[in-house]
Amino acid sequence: MTKRPTNAIDIAEVVRIAHLARLTLTDAEVESLSHDLSGILSYVKKLEELDVTGVLPTSHATEVSTSLRDDVPVAGLSSPQALANAPEPIGGAFGVPKIIE
Amino acid sequence: MSYEAVIGLEVHAQLLTATKLFCGCRAAFGAAPNANTCEVCLGMPGVLPVLNRRAVELALRAAVALDCSVHTRSQWSRKNYFYPDLPKGYQISQYDQPVATAGHLDIELEGRTRRIGITRIHLEEDAGKNVHDEAMAGRRSYVDFNRGGTPLIEIVSEPDLRSAAEAAAYMRSLRRILRYLEVCDGNMEQGSLRCDANVSIRPEGEEQLGTRTELKNINSFRFVEAALRHEIVRQTEIIGDGGEIVQETRLWDSQAKVTRSMRSKEEAHDYRYFPDPDLPDLHIESAEIDKARQSLPELPAAKSRRYVDELHLTAYDAESLTEDPGVARFFEAALLHHANAKALANWINNDLARELGGRRIDSLHVTPQSLAELVALIDRGTISGKIAKDVFAEMAATGTSPGTVVAQKGLTQVTDTALIEAAADQAIAANPAAVAQLEAGKANALGYLVGAVMKQTGGKANPKLVNEILRRKLG
Amino acid sequence: MVDWTQCTLAQLSQGLAARAVTSVQVTRDCLARIEQIRPLGAFLFVDAQGAMAQAAAADARRASGRVNGPLDGVPLALKDIFLTEGVPTTCGSKILEGFVPPYDATVVRRWKAAGAVLVGKLNMDEFAMGSSTEHSAFAPARNPWDITRVPGGSSGGSAIAVSTGAVFGTLGTDTGGSIRQPAALCGVVGLKPTYGRVSRYGVIAYASSLDQVGPLARNVTDTAMLLASIAGHDPKDSTSADRPVPSYLAELESGVRGLRIGVPKEYFVEGLDGEVGSAVEAAQKAYEKLGATLVEISLPHTAYAIATYYLIATAEASSNLARYDGVRYGLRNDPGAGLIDMYFATRGAGFGSEVKRRIMLGTYALSAGYYEAYYGRAQKVRTLIARDFSRAFEQTDILLTPTTPAPAFRLGENADDPLQMYLADIYTVSANLAGLPGLSLPCGMTRGGLPIGMQILGSHWSEATVLRVARAFEREHDFAVRRPPA
Repeated sequence: MTKRPTNAIDIAEVVRIAHLARLTLTDAEVESLSHDLSGILSYVKKLEELDVTGVLPTSHATEVSTSLRDDVPVAGLSSPQALANAPEPIGGAFGVPKIIE
Repeated sequence: MSYEAVIGLEVHAQLLTATKLFCGCRAAFGAAPNANTCEVCLGMPGVLPVLNRRAVELALRAAVALDCSVHTRSQWSRKNYFYPDLPKGYQISQYDQPVATAGHLDIELEGRTRRIGITRIHLEEDAGKNVHDEAMAGRRSYVDFNRGGTPLIEIVSEPDLRSAAEAAAYMRSLRRILRYLEVCDGNMEQGSLRCDANVSIRPEGEEQLGTRTELKNINSFRFVEAALRHEIVRQTEIIGDGGEIVQETRLWDSQAKVTRSMRSKEEAHDYRYFPDPDLPDLHIESAEIDKARQSLPELPAAKSRRYVDELHLTAYDAESLTEDPGVARFFEAALLHHANAKALANWINNDLARELGGRRIDSLHVTPQSLAELVALIDRGTISGKIAKDVFAEMAATGTSPGTVVAQKGLTQVTDTALIEAAADQAIAANPAAVAQLEAGKANALGYLVGAVMKQTGGKANPKLVNEILRRKLG
Repeated sequence: MVDWTQCTLAQLSQGLAARAVTSVQVTRDCLARIEQIRPLGAFLFVDAQGAMAQAAAADARRASGRVNGPLDGVPLALKDIFLTEGVPTTCGSKILEGFVPPYDATVVRRWKAAGAVLVGKLNMDEFAMGSSTEHSAFAPARNPWDITRVPGGSSGGSAIAVSTGAVFGTLGTDTGGSIRQPAALCGVVGLKPTYGRVSRYGVIAYASSLDQVGPLARNVTDTAMLLASIAGHDPKDSTSADRPVPSYLAELESGVRGLRIGVPKEYFVEGLDGEVGSAVEAAQKAYEKLGATLVEISLPHTAYAIATYYLIATAEASSNLARYDGVRYGLRNDPGAGLIDMYFATRGAGFGSEVKRRIMLGTYALSAGYYEAYYGRAQKVRTLIARDFSRAFEQTDILLTPTTPAPAFRLGENADDPLQMYLADIYTVSANLAGLPGLSLPCGMTRGGLPIGMQILGSHWSEATVLRVARAFEREHDFAVRRPPA
């Protein structure tokens, strides 16, 4: 059992992140994620050893130029195709629990 | 203590493209639910975005027209949040590297011009539509993704607006320019132009900004001014009573005519913006930017000024004419045929506008040429202004040219003085009471006699001549 | 009586052309073999009916004189990460159980146009997150060389199916090593092309800036043929390169005389299994004998690669997996407590523990206040890592490294320690970070009878050279023809 590192991700933080990510976690999952994430984050802290002044981030691994499409309609999916996998099709649309705005 | 309002507007404009921003589905209004969708705009697994070049062109056009700095390199960002109308669970937008920044839009209010700064313009995709329809869905909601993926530009103003009236003027100006550029059709009711406002107040002379609220659900032009006015008063009252403004989002309730706190249970959104790895940076060549600038049409503000300065129209007439690009085009085309700007402006702003009743000007039977002809006929004295109204009605109904209408109906104005003299004599003889009243000093009795002469001449006598002749005869 | 399932793709292609066998015959044999290896858990879905129909169509085409190319009539299979129209696609996850795509991935369309017989969908770690296929939501998979051990991951099924001769080639995806590592552990060849070489359209995204599609096959020639069948620009993928595809077969037999082979000194350190190290060193000597020059090079930022990878990959994944919300497709759990609860319940039930772990890490790395420290910094270190390779390729033509620090581990061995699992990706993740092509091929066997793989890395777009270098070694050794006992 690895030692709990100092910059731990505590239970409250796990709950906060889980909420952001819309994930339900059991108490056991929260507990183990707190442990796992703390360990991983402690490991990735090693990146702080490096001096990245003036280094540009890489958003794309290989150089790709702007890719453009002509403004011409292309046949998409038919309505039945679009809804074929819908858990709750309602009259051609995607049913969901009532949205309170 | 005197307070001033500080307002900034965030406007979303749907671009007039044929297809969506990142897929080839039609960007059209009013189709059956999910009729204009594909795997990409439905956010199915494995799909990827491909940028619509026309959307970039239109965004570029708007940016140069608003005097922005257009960036030759900008970046796409993912704005992450969960909502049923957002199929990927993120919106593709531009966060820290938008396509344009630092522009401005001049507004006119009560004879004064004010320059309103534009902080930025960026491209982003629209979300789908959440629908609550008891009849169809009962206690459920449903989502239609036809609108999802439609290209938008978001135009953010500096907090330079100082009143609800200024904000409304800004919206009108912005809408007008976007319509002129054929970038957006500016329909707030249909949602092709949307407006959110950030409002705060501060003591006059104070530099620091007060706490602001965000206003949403302003979905018509009338509401822009009403909602802001209400909110400013609300905030002023709170501060005046020694209270504090809560930083929150408030919705405009157009029924109750108040703003309401959203009081949402959610914490402030953490959108976790990061550069979208599926899209390369957006590169726009300087040559392209220059070309866009050079090929701008005459913009409405400049056009309006020209109408005043060169055509000597009133500011009011000029503004009315330039409100709609189609109307201005009509006016200028008519002007080429007959150069009476004032008269044409009157006809267009009044009779034509009434006839149109909100329809598009190109749906009319009256053409610029025929309207010019009509005015020419009046100016030549061929018909009177009054008769012209009847001619116009016929033109609008049937599309017949004014010359033809006049000829067919024999409406040519009577200018034969002998004829008018004779008619005048008859009118004087037939209306001794009116003559007596006139001699007694009642000036409007003349009008009665004029009317009598007009009746006798079938309305075709030149009214000016009738007046002259009668006066001469009656001293 | 030829057992065609023991042959290579090239041999089958020739056999079909010579009418020595029909597609229907070999497909039937493959289906039988697939049934035989069922306990290995390679397939999530076998489309027997569809396969036989495709095979019959291929034979009919051939009979009428029309052949769609070297893959026409050849049984192949796809990792269940590729969308296949009308055929269930799960990505190894319960959240997509029952999902039947309405469209094909571009690479699937290319294979269909080539006449390939698509037999089924292969097992994988859920959402490609894993190095063992133990994280498949449906069934773990087993290494054909030792069924108590993992086949590797996330393209575990893809490696098993090739290794056992069930099909003549498969497609996998590689984000941090998920083609190369299972290839090494199962004793087959696996290639991750340059980022942008192959279309990602219709490939369920894990980490968009790292994912690449690639082939697994019996040998280098087969691998080259499969790469040729999928490489090339796709207008539907804005990250796919608009570059011509060279011939991958033309120079294949040209050997390595005069080539420089770089050996990164940071890769041969403590932690590398002795037998793996020895096998790779033996390969180095073999290359020298074949006329290549060994060059010691340095990749100074090697130690930072795993941390960099796990921040970038999980961040992108946390965003890519947000679409699995139960609204439009896939699993929905609606406990009747409203919309928000539906999101939580669906994702809570639909995602496995490894996926949750990575979503959580990625969400954290992007969240307000932490972006610059984690994701932002990782993207900058990524630049430094890529620079290491650019510099290295100024002094050498290719790099030769082990593919994995150790041979296949036992099922369940790394269950309690995700970080330990992540550290084993040390040799593979850098290629994804830098977008470089990398190939794993068998270079030895452990005393315990487990395959050992070595990795050949090239500069951007140098797949032809990578294949040629691999082929030069393969020609002199018999690792390609060894078969697992299963």
